[in-house]
Amino acid sequence: MLRFTLRRVLQIIPTVVVVALLIFVIFSVVPGTFAASLFADGRRAADPQMIARLNEEFGLNKPLMERFVTYVTDLAQFDLGTSFRTRQPVIDLINDRMWASLQLALAAMIFALVVGVPLGFIAALRPGSVLDTVTMIGAVSGLSMPQFWLGLLMMYLFALQLNWLPSFGYGDGSFRNLILPAVTLGVTPLALLARTTRAGVLDVLNADFIRTAHSKGMSEAKVVRWHVARNALVLIVTTVGLQFGSLIGQAVVIEKLFAWPGIGSLLVDSVASRDIPVVQGTILVIVLWFLVINTAVDLIYAAIDPRIKQE
Amino acid sequence: MLKRLTLAAMLSLGVAAGALAAGERHGGTLVFTAPYGSSFATLDVQSSPNTQEEFITQAIHRALYSWDSNQNKPVLELASSEEVSEDGRVHTYHLRKNAVFHNGKPLTADDIIYSYKRIANPENAFPGASFIAVIKGAEDYIAGKADEISGLKKIDDHTLEITYTGTINPGFPLMQNTTVIYPSNVEDESTFGKNPVGLGAFVFKEHVPGSQVVVEKFDKYYEEGRPYLDRINIVLMAEDAARDVAFRNKEIDVSILGPTQYQAYQGEEGLKDHLLEVAEVYTRNIGFNPAFEPFKDKRVRQAINHAINAPLIIERLVKNKAYPASGWLPISSPAFDKDKAPYAYDPEKAKALLAEAGYADGFEFEVTASPNESWGVPIVEAILPMLKKVGVTVKPKPVESSTLGEAVTTNNFQAFIWSNLSGPDPLNALRCYYSKTAQSACNYTSYANPEFDKLYEAAQQERDPAKQNELLRQANNIVQDDAPVWFFNYNKAVMAYQPWIHGLVPNATELAIQPYDEIWIDETAPSSRQ
Repeated sequence: MLRFTLRRVLQIIPTVVVVALLIFVIFSVVPGTFAASLFADGRRAADPQMIARLNEEFGLNKPLMERFVTYVTDLAQFDLGTSFRTRQPVIDLINDRMWASLQLALAAMIFALVVGVPLGFIAALRPGSVLDTVTMIGAVSGLSMPQFWLGLLMMYLFALQLNWLPSFGYGDGSFRNLILPAVTLGVTPLALLARTTRAGVLDVLNADFIRTAHSKGMSEAKVVRWHVARNALVLIVTTVGLQFGSLIGQAVVIEKLFAWPGIGSLLVDSVASRDIPVVQGTILVIVLWFLVINTAVDLIYAAIDPRIKQE
Repeated sequence: MLKRLTLAAMLSLGVAAGALAAGERHGGTLVFTAPYGSSFATLDVQSSPNTQEEFITQAIHRALYSWDSNQNKPVLELASSEEVSEDGRVHTYHLRKNAVFHNGKPLTADDIIYSYKRIANPENAFPGASFIAVIKGAEDYIAGKADEISGLKKIDDHTLEITYTGTINPGFPLMQNTTVIYPSNVEDESTFGKNPVGLGAFVFKEHVPGSQVVVEKFDKYYEEGRPYLDRINIVLMAEDAARDVAFRNKEIDVSILGPTQYQAYQGEEGLKDHLLEVAEVYTRNIGFNPAFEPFKDKRVRQAINHAINAPLIIERLVKNKAYPASGWLPISSPAFDKDKAPYAYDPEKAKALLAEAGYADGFEFEVTASPNESWGVPIVEAILPMLKKVGVTVKPKPVESSTLGEAVTTNNFQAFIWSNLSGPDPLNALRCYYSKTAQSACNYTSYANPEFDKLYEAAQQERDPAKQNELLRQANNIVQDDAPVWFFNYNKAVMAYQPWIHGLVPNATELAIQPYDEIWIDETAPSSRQ
């Protein structure tokens, strides 16, 4: 297990390096500069002297290769650079936003788990029933609904019509502010979990050992608890892991819509203003987050099913 | 219609808003929205030219001058009076004696000298440096050739003499958010980015990055009886649709409207009576690059102005949230010529002009455009069939907005569509058509006309504001005749506000920027604001 763990952890390093290089190359070739973004809205005239001063300060007037070397050297020392916009270390900006993103991702995942898994279970135990049909139609709708539109729908219904919850913002960090963005973000993983759980449970239910258990006179509740749940768990854990890993990246739209102060909205703002160090740093953190969760899932997976690490 | 939209009519809005100020009430919380997309980059507002940071500036800071929306001009803010030398270059300011920074330091001439030097410091590369450049000796300081700005002279703690490079109105450059005054007794300047200290009516309380800035009433603010509010939450709300829900749900007190919302709000009871409109100082236009062969000929540029039915686009696409443009200087500019008619929609005349110029069979050109609904790709698509009728083929070249800025300033376009600052200072606005202004600065269409230059230079020297405006009016009319751009419209900014909000003003420089110290809320506000 130790070797397997070590191998999986070490695999993260080359992936991060490749992603970091790709980000650098992409943002070196896309048109638009930080200085140009300062007057992009036409609200002030361009100031060539200021543009020159800023380009010099941020080293943007240096050759690409030189910038690349600086970037790699800094990265090797875990330095994500300094933001063009705020002139603060990128790591500080990400730290400022990370907690809000984690809150949102955790809440969304808990919502998806608490609702999605039981729904999938119930649907699988009563295949073809009204509940099964409704759950599956709901799951397909949840997967196909654009998050932005769903968010607006949530705002309209729960804030404007029912007046139960605030429609936007972080407030003072209260739970009430978290509910709408978390539910909106949680709908896709919820739908996926419901479908996966249903499929996994149905698979197990049709297995020979379940028939054996039944024929030995084991009660339905015990069959579900001892055999079905444990065997379906592998599939559920994988889905949860993959979804949780990608949630922070997916939250970009939600954070922007609900004015939620996470790293997703930081990324959007930074792309628009061509604050490249922040863009690079934020993407790297999101990728790293995904890789770490993915690795953790693999390790849990291997612990649940020892055959995995042998493969 | 345009002729009826006089400055007086526009300012009557201000009078109306001002008239509400009787029976002011102290206390309460204002939830104000910063609607322009990105988060607050920094709280060190001297370092940021973003409009978002102006929302914070207005609460926490003060500059030597400020913009008076009702008079539509800059006025003294941190000085109670000024004396101006005969040649108009030397201004002696008598500073307010009761102005105190949030850290307890009283305002003195040293703070102004310190602030201007900080802004102009070449190591800082701050955007306000170009505004400070109007002070004598600042250019050398910015270039690192001098240790002091020679035009700044402290007479005593409360008297400051500033010598300017010309007979300019210093109010325009020295009222900017990037030229606000900071206290000179803070040892670590980096703290300004996280804990701003200013002279404004509100003290910084909290910043939730990406979400909001909270400020609270400053008890030692120099204006007696101000501010009325106890607290302001300045929240970031970039999405129009989200802002709409929050406004209707009474969670926010003001909301800047786009064309679609403007139309919807006008038709709804309870919303239509609380709209504040103003002709802002932006001119939407399509700029023609004279390096592109057909645009060298004035008749081609004029033909395009005649071929496009601008009022129709304003009505159908912009939902009347704009005023047709008759020239560069907008309605709210003191040099606006209300007697000058816009180019008439006349496809036949356009065809004749094109034929005269040798383009009877038309030509094809590309318009670099951002996705903006009011001055981007949708507008280019709307003019496409109109120009087709006169034989000209237009192709939109969609780009992201920061790419648009770069393409234009590097002369990498055939034509571009943009919304550009055209006020409030007409001398500064027309600088963008002065042949000595670099293309990369703001002479984006590389405009050069000796007749214009002569009038512009005369206006630069003129000290009498009325005469100066007359010269600029004439210069503006030359630009209109030469048509270096297609004159599309002047932005009409619209703000929806809750019925319990009072004291908003029609700020022509940017409607979303409001004087927080003048705003108050009445007893009909929900309990969360009381």
